Amino acid sequence: MITFFFELALTFYFTATIISIVELFRSSKTTTKIMLLFVASGFVLHTINIILRYADAGHMPAVNPHEAISFFSWCIVLIFLILEFRYNIGLLGSFIMPLVFVLMLSSAVLPREIKPVSPELQSYWLSIHTILAFIGNAAFAMASGIGFMYLIQERYVKSKHPSGLFQRLPSLQILDEINYRLITIGFPLLTFAIITGALWARSAWGSYLRGDPRVVWAIVTWLTYAVVLHTRLLAGWRGKRAAILSIIGFITILIAFFGIKLIKKGLHVFL
Amino acid sequence: MNILVVGLNHKTADVDVREKLAFSGPKLEEGLVRIKSVSGIMEAVILSTCNRVEIYANVDNPQNAYESIKDFLSGFHGIKRDSLETALYTHEDTNAVKHIFRVAASLDSMVVGEPQILGQIKNAFEFSLRKKATGILLNKLMKKAISVAKRIRTETKIAENTVSISFAAVNLAKKIFTDLSTKSFMLLGAGDMAELAARHLTNSGVRDVIIANRTYETGCELAKEFNGRAVRFEDFMHEMVNVDIVICSTGASKYVLMKEQMQKIIKERKHKPVFIIDISVPRNIDPEINNVDNVYLYDVDDLHGIVDTNKLERQKEAEKAEEIIMEEIEIFQKWLASLDSVPTVVALRDRADAVKKDEVEKLLKKLPNLGEKEREAVEYMANAIIHKLIHPPTAALKEDSEDRDIIIAAIRKLYGLDKKEE
Repeated sequence: MITFFFELALTFYFTATIISIVELFRSSKTTTKIMLLFVASGFVLHTINIILRYADAGHMPAVNPHEAISFFSWCIVLIFLILEFRYNIGLLGSFIMPLVFVLMLSSAVLPREIKPVSPELQSYWLSIHTILAFIGNAAFAMASGIGFMYLIQERYVKSKHPSGLFQRLPSLQILDEINYRLITIGFPLLTFAIITGALWARSAWGSYLRGDPRVVWAIVTWLTYAVVLHTRLLAGWRGKRAAILSIIGFITILIAFFGIKLIKKGLHVFL
Repeated sequence: MNILVVGLNHKTADVDVREKLAFSGPKLEEGLVRIKSVSGIMEAVILSTCNRVEIYANVDNPQNAYESIKDFLSGFHGIKRDSLETALYTHEDTNAVKHIFRVAASLDSMVVGEPQILGQIKNAFEFSLRKKATGILLNKLMKKAISVAKRIRTETKIAENTVSISFAAVNLAKKIFTDLSTKSFMLLGAGDMAELAARHLTNSGVRDVIIANRTYETGCELAKEFNGRAVRFEDFMHEMVNVDIVICSTGASKYVLMKEQMQKIIKERKHKPVFIIDISVPRNIDPEINNVDNVYLYDVDDLHGIVDTNKLERQKEAEKAEEIIMEEIEIFQKWLASLDSVPTVVALRDRADAVKKDEVEKLLKKLPNLGEKEREAVEYMANAIIHKLIHPPTAALKEDSEDRDIIIAAIRKLYGLDKKEE
């Protein structure tokens, strides 16, 4: 039953992804509306899936890889829908939905059973920490998608040969602004995620998990975005540099998610 | 029923000739009334814009109608007929349909893809409709032309790109800065092109305008025109710290702005983006500046390049549009052809009913003592016979076959539909 909602959400996301890729070549208000409809429907189904998992497991469904990636995608779609309805950013779907679909696909092939979870994890810290971390990271993911769009549009304008995409991509200014806004949202979220994570680790295991690889990478990510904000506010590093930095930041997030699992084991390894 | 187009446009006549033939204001209604009263003209629509004056009509005989319309135009506007001859063109039937479709789709306009013509055609048609100057043929034709134009606008990108340098410049500005109304703009130097681009920018809502001219007085005059302020030319680099868009056209023989200077300026601006258009030939702004982050420098050739690429794109799209038009002409022709069979079907039915009525009356006269039931039975049988007999020919008339014209002619002849009843 739970699986059913997941599969259905995946299908809707897939359809939206296909439409969004077609939109790179030909787009219209109607095709965008249809794509958003598929995304929104998939989102509702996805939400139901997550709620059901929560009810079944008794805790925040973010403790195994399947759940983590699925919830991460959910956060990205949430931010995507909010951005679309507030700003109506041309072609944003074409850059975000493929990412969402790939994430959901990876989540789909991972084992989904709800296994019982160690007692340390069964506390309200779980919900708080994971929600902060995932939404914060999703905001960064979105910021890097927007940064990518910025780089493409900037190349067009600089190259003096703007083509079809150029007309339909949003303006540089708004891409830069939204990138900045997303980082100002993600950064405090990530900060609190790290703090709550540390406090929780302290209360559950007695240490702050300082050496754990994932914790280390989380701090690397935090530092990267601190640099992004710092250089922007003080040295006026906006536009191209901010876009590149936010993409680098997202790469650190991806490493934290996928890379660590392959390398070492640590206490934070349940993700 | 024949479709006729008579008119002139910017390709066949200069503006002074077009002016004389325009149907502006109350003249439009007057013209419609007068042209409808011309014999041989059953329906008419008059389209009068600054680039064309055209009359679309449903006429009995195209050649005669053409002459009558020429007379009408010459009489109505008080122009000699001979001066019209060179400027006017005419199209009949399929060519007329093609012309009207092309005009509505803006394929015949000065700037292919322009959006005004569709609205103008709609207004011209609706006006004629209101004044009851149209009928079944023009109603269908004009509505079709409008829907074909809409189809072309959605299925091709014919209306998408910009075609003049000033438009290209403003379009670029909008892709760099979303909202021009919070941006400030500086005009460095002067000149027709620069001022035209400046005007387009201010029309798009740019907030502050700064004029920097080598001659301070000229600068002040321009500043008044653009509702901005003038600064001394030597101060322009200082002002650039607060300026987002620059149009440069100074006529200097060497660069007035070098890369190192721009780098200092952009740093002071905290790297807020700058859009510079260098219209001067030779160029006044060091082209290396385009390599500075957050600075976008376009010169005349770059802008021309954009306009030309767009022109080529529009041409490709125009070809697609022509294909769509050929498709739609065929569909319209089919509809037109179906109109012909209707009078024949009606005539055939009328003839059949007449025969039936005749024979039934004769029989009933001979049998006066027939009861109600028997009379009904007689009527019923007569109807049945008639309808069974004319059903195949009526079906054939309504069928969409290639021989339709032959069938129509044959039926008219076989049933004597063109002869008077004895």
